[in-house]
Amino acid sequence: MGDHHHGPAKGLSRWLFTTNHKDIGTMYLWFSFAMFILGGTFAMIIRAELFQPGMQLVEPGFFNQMTTLHGLVMVFGAIMPSFVGLANWLIPMMIGAPDMALPRMNNWSFWILPPGFLMLASTLFMEGGAPAFGWTFYAPLSTTYAAPSVTFFIFAIHVLGISSIMGSINIIATIMNMRAPGMTYMKMPLFVWTWFITAFLLVAVMPVLAGAVTMMLMDIHFGTSFFSAAGGGDPVLFQHIFWFFGHPEVYIIILPAFGVVSQVIPAFSRKPLFGYASMVYATAAIAILSFVVWAHHMYTVGMPVAGELFFMYATMLIAVPTGVKVFNWVSTMWRGSLSFETPMLFSIGFLVLFTIGGFTGLMLSIAPADFQYHDTYFVVAHFHYVMVAGAVFSMTSAVYFWLPKWTGRMYNETMGKVHFWISFVGFNVTFFPQHFVGLAGMPRRVPDYALQFADFNMMSSIGAFVYGASQIMFLYNVIATIVSGEKVSDEQVWDGAEGLEWTLPTPAPYHTFEVPPKIEATPAHG
Amino acid sequence: MSIKKSLMTAGATLSALPIAALAQNQVNMSPGVTRVGAEIYDLHMLIMIICIVIGIGVFGVMLYSIVYHRKSKGYVASQFHESTKVEIAWTVVPFLILIGMAVPATSTLLEVYDNDDAELDILVTGHQWKWRYEYLNAEGENVSFFSNLATPQEEIYNSEAKGEHYLLEVDEPLVIPVDTKVRFLITANDVIHSWWVPEIAVKRDAIPGFINEAWSKVDQEGIYRGQCTELCGSYHGFMPIVVHAVSQDEFQGWMSAKRADKDAQIAASSVDLSLDALMTEGESVYKTQCLACHGGQGEGGVGKAISGSAIAMGDLGVHLDVGIKGVAGTAMQAFGEQLTDVEMAAVITYQRNAFGNNTGDVVQPSDVAQHKQG
Amino acid sequence: MAATEHAPAGYEKYHVPDSSSLAVRATVGLILTVFGAGLLLNDMTFGETHESGNAKWVLAAGLVFFILTLASWFRTTIRENMQGMNSAQLNHSYVLGMFWFIFSEVMFFLAFFGTLFYVRQLAGPWLAGEGDGGRMNGLLWPGFEFSWPPTITPQEAVGGSDVQPIANNGAFLTQDRSMSFADAHHWYQWLPMWNTIILLSSSFTVHIAHTALLKDQRSKFNLWLGITVALGIIFVGLQAAEYYEAYALFGLTLNSGIYGSTFFMLTGFHGFHVFMGMTMLLIQLIRSVRGHHFTASDHFGFEASSWYWHFVDVVWVFLFLFVYIL
Ligand code: HEA
Ligand code: HEA
Ligand code: HEC
Ligand code: CUA
Ligand SMILES: [Cu+2]
Repeated sequence: MGDHHHGPAKGLSRWLFTTNHKDIGTMYLWFSFAMFILGGTFAMIIRAELFQPGMQLVEPGFFNQMTTLHGLVMVFGAIMPSFVGLANWLIPMMIGAPDMALPRMNNWSFWILPPGFLMLASTLFMEGGAPAFGWTFYAPLSTTYAAPSVTFFIFAIHVLGISSIMGSINIIATIMNMRAPGMTYMKMPLFVWTWFITAFLLVAVMPVLAGAVTMMLMDIHFGTSFFSAAGGGDPVLFQHIFWFFGHPEVYIIILPAFGVVSQVIPAFSRKPLFGYASMVYATAAIAILSFVVWAHHMYTVGMPVAGELFFMYATMLIAVPTGVKVFNWVSTMWRGSLSFETPMLFSIGFLVLFTIGGFTGLMLSIAPADFQYHDTYFVVAHFHYVMVAGAVFSMTSAVYFWLPKWTGRMYNETMGKVHFWISFVGFNVTFFPQHFVGLAGMPRRVPDYALQFADFNMMSSIGAFVYGASQIMFLYNVIATIVSGEKVSDEQVWDGAEGLEWTLPTPAPYHTFEVPPKIEATPAHG
Repeated sequence: MSIKKSLMTAGATLSALPIAALAQNQVNMSPGVTRVGAEIYDLHMLIMIICIVIGIGVFGVMLYSIVYHRKSKGYVASQFHESTKVEIAWTVVPFLILIGMAVPATSTLLEVYDNDDAELDILVTGHQWKWRYEYLNAEGENVSFFSNLATPQEEIYNSEAKGEHYLLEVDEPLVIPVDTKVRFLITANDVIHSWWVPEIAVKRDAIPGFINEAWSKVDQEGIYRGQCTELCGSYHGFMPIVVHAVSQDEFQGWMSAKRADKDAQIAASSVDLSLDALMTEGESVYKTQCLACHGGQGEGGVGKAISGSAIAMGDLGVHLDVGIKGVAGTAMQAFGEQLTDVEMAAVITYQRNAFGNNTGDVVQPSDVAQHKQG
Repeated sequence: MAATEHAPAGYEKYHVPDSSSLAVRATVGLILTVFGAGLLLNDMTFGETHESGNAKWVLAAGLVFFILTLASWFRTTIRENMQGMNSAQLNHSYVLGMFWFIFSEVMFFLAFFGTLFYVRQLAGPWLAGEGDGGRMNGLLWPGFEFSWPPTITPQEAVGGSDVQPIANNGAFLTQDRSMSFADAHHWYQWLPMWNTIILLSSSFTVHIAHTALLKDQRSKFNLWLGITVALGIIFVGLQAAEYYEAYALFGLTLNSGIYGSTFFMLTGFHGFHVFMGMTMLLIQLIRSVRGHHFTASDHFGFEASSWYWHFVDVVWVFLFLFVYIL
């Protein structure tokens, strides 16, 4: 048993063998950024092919592989691990715990990710190519009609699932068991709350996804007929199971993002978060509702009309708690003393663009209208508004916000602001026109399109290259900060920031809160 | 296409964008040519406008705050952080708005689902990557045919200028009468497809082994185009739908012509053809039916190579078997019903003599008919 | 463990383990295992083109390595506990970890039960042209009648895979006899009933063992735990016999349409979980007999295994009801 005042070990073994939540958080963050670049590269190939009508760069089959891998890598490789990384760094610091509850398992959760993705990416080089059936891998395209590499895809999903389940069990145990004395549930920062609820969602739905891919495996290799009508099964059954996982999954992506924004906006408004309690309840309500809305992705599969109505009403309801959150954020800004450092800019960008994405989500939830929207670029526009301008903007905000605390150095503010503005404009140029082409009738997942969609697609591609390129600036800024940023030693860093992590020295020492802090009776949030 | 050229096009487009693009392009959903379509369009406009209004409200408040409540202007933050009254208000009001949306949505949905009392039934079957239409006729003698993409490869691969209906044209369109409630029975043969024609307001997934119902009653004669909207493999982007809505009379005429065609085909299968005739016909069948998987030079792709294939150069019976019955569990489907005996004979002859296979074999329609009988 | 009694409500120093190679080793084992399994399956299914020959060795190496690593992981954890490094708070983390792990397993089984309900209540009738979702399906599968257990697959109803309306992806042949109670000849020959009795009693025996442990009665504990393990082994044995019966005598295989699919999926994964639970209990038994581990107040390893055992038992009750009886 070691001396608790030692610092990190030296060399590679520090990272391979670490049990320290900060090290593990750092690894998650870098890994997810690498995956973001990979998934972004796939997106660039998609956008380059769609730059003009006609087939120019890739073959249709390969295009489908790009779409599939782009979705999978972004969702499972970039967004989810990035927020797990944040959770690792911040949750112990925010609740006054010395580390995560189960540190060795924490390390394991991380380390199975890179080889899992390596296996997934290696399918690109296998005979028959990588999975080409979309990130939703509907049977039977993903079973009887898939390339042999699908077997490795299935096992990769299993591995990622194991990682997520272990990671979330760890987070649940940490939050339930490791809070410092006096840190009651209703005093926890919202970021901790949103992750707490997200972790429950993960433990509940990742195993269902594992079940779905297991049945695929059986259909492919063992002659079962879960998804084949000839034996009495049903391809639509796959979709039900997938979306029982898939819909909560999109809230898994967005809830921690909500958490981040709920920390950043009050800090730069210099005003406590408005409606803390209702934020917590709204988050819980969104999570609970997310279990009974899955078939809104399946309005056109031919469900009986009663089912259709049920899922439509349930889905529409989600607008209520989400609206509460949006209104609370705006009220937090109202009559605050606002300043617009980079994290705040990204959070405001999040707020505006996520809300637009939420509105299109609400439009999609109207079943009869979705008969015209479904599987068009309107849907693509919707989910990039909530996932890129939602999750990615929020994540970017988080990195700028906590980077000084992590590294003890300040990023370049000007460059940060430029990064924001290019991202904001680039993003909208990319995805706003997609609403138009979608409404005008362009299906998604096509490598080529009719002539009337040409102009908007070209615009969209240009926007995508701009947005993509602006991420180089982000990467540069982060690295420059770590290497040679201006030193900060002030514990507070941001004058309006609240929370335990800001009471720690800057940069945060390797081990923190080995002795739990005492949380005063004064409530942190009112 | 050179980089320079694309950059120039890009530049030109960008500068002209706001005005030109909006003028040329359709930017909104089309109300289409059916009553249901118009209702869906109204519903779409209603919810969109509600969302825009709420958005303006929310963003307006935020913008006000951003402009006036700035630290740089010396604005001092107030510290309020709770108000049960407003919180209840902004829970209840959106809820009421949602009810306002749900009511018209429900009635439109029920109408979409009202599949009874159709005057004409058409069975629509999705195949990788073409549609098959079968008119279910109460008196039997169903008319059926396949509808393939008609856009030539040269246009897709940019060696020829693209036509007006690039990717949205087929060799044989679906023909329906106007002012008639047509019911589409939608299913698939292999993977899931989805049959969508925006203007007649029908989109329904085609699930292999299950039949979904949808209907449409078209008000205006015209040509309506759509596409498969469920990812169905490599050529998902290349399986368009074209619907000709014609008058009742025209429809009847078309129907009788179709029936006559069928009889002619049966007669044709007993006539022998020359190698040349078979090769010409075979090449065109190959291009529409087989090329997507087996490649322009028979080099293979999704399917195995035909050039030098042991099957295409070996026993004729096996070759016919593969063509007619397909290969179970692979993308190689049974073409026996999709092609007439003449077409099948032609394409098999073609495969046995093209791409350097030079077997010199000639397969006649009667051989195919015989092989089918076993 | 002594310190825990006096510490203020669970806030003594938390044991954060030193850096450790366990996780990386476990990763190597896990990845080799799944990679090997993938290669092997592809060799089996897509044979001629993907022959790699050494797939089974990759799989075997991975499995061995993985199991050894897990063993050393648990050994480390146990040793730490015995050295008194675990606070009550840390032990509670383990409790939470186990609890939520079992919850995730529940959700895993839920996917399979959901499948069963879906095909029985919805898809099956639809295929037969019944109900809102399938009134036109009679066109595709004329003559198909749905019942549970099914007496015919849609494919057979229309005359086999050559003439079915969808592309062929295999031959699905209904079983001669199903495993459900309705098809059993004599109640005493009906294995599932015996299995139910065995598994339910094993839940009692493990409970008796626990009670004994709480009273520090070691030999009684060992005895009842031993009986539990034995019951588990018998269960797995009977399950194997049942599978043999299914394949050899009843013509019930994985290819028997949706009945065979759901039957083997549910019972197979359950059986695998019984095997895991049984192994866990066996290890606890060995620890107790050989190492005199566990005290009346500190026996988390045993407790976690017994929770798992109860979970497996509850799953079986649902299985028995929905797979065999109803
Ligand atoms: C972060 C991820 C995320 C989030 C948060 C959401 C949020 C929502 N989504 Fe989205 N969605 C996706 C990711 C996400 N979605 C993805 C990835 C897909 C495509 C998957 C695929 O097929 O590949 C998809 C697809 C999708 C569909 C299927 C479309 C189709 O395929 O045809 C539907 C349909 O109902 C839908 C609905 C919604 C709704 C109602 C919300 C709601 O949560 C939004 C609620 C928010 C608001 C409404 C705005 C704020 C509220 C107010 C200001 C209050 C007042 C407002 C009113 C009363 C109007 N989504
Ligand atoms: C959170 C998830 C996430 C994120 C962040 C993104 C980010 C992006 N996505 Fe999306 N996307 C999905 C999730 C996501 N996506 C999903 C789930 C689908 C559905 C898949 C399916 O249909 O199955 C999809 C589908 C999808 C499509 C539709 C494809 C189709 O239907 O065929 C398109 C098309 O434009 C697209 C574009 C983009 C672009 C341009 C970005 C950009 O934001 C990416 C920007 C990032 C980078 C570019 C990388 C970092 C930058 C550099 C490394 C610098 C160098 C860059 C240059 C060379 C310029 N995505
Ligand atoms: C949807 C894709 C697809 C289309 C379209 C297609 N094929 Fe195939 N074809 C395949 C596949 C896949 C195989 C390989 C089957 C296997 O694994 O044995 C194949 C194999 C074959 C073979 C056997 C080749 C060999 O050496 O094994 C022949 C002959 C053949 N196809 C003929 C045709 C003809 C004739 C047509 C058109 C009328 C056609 N195919 C259209 C996918 C297709
Ligand atoms: Cu057929 Cu997409
Ligand atoms: Cu959803």
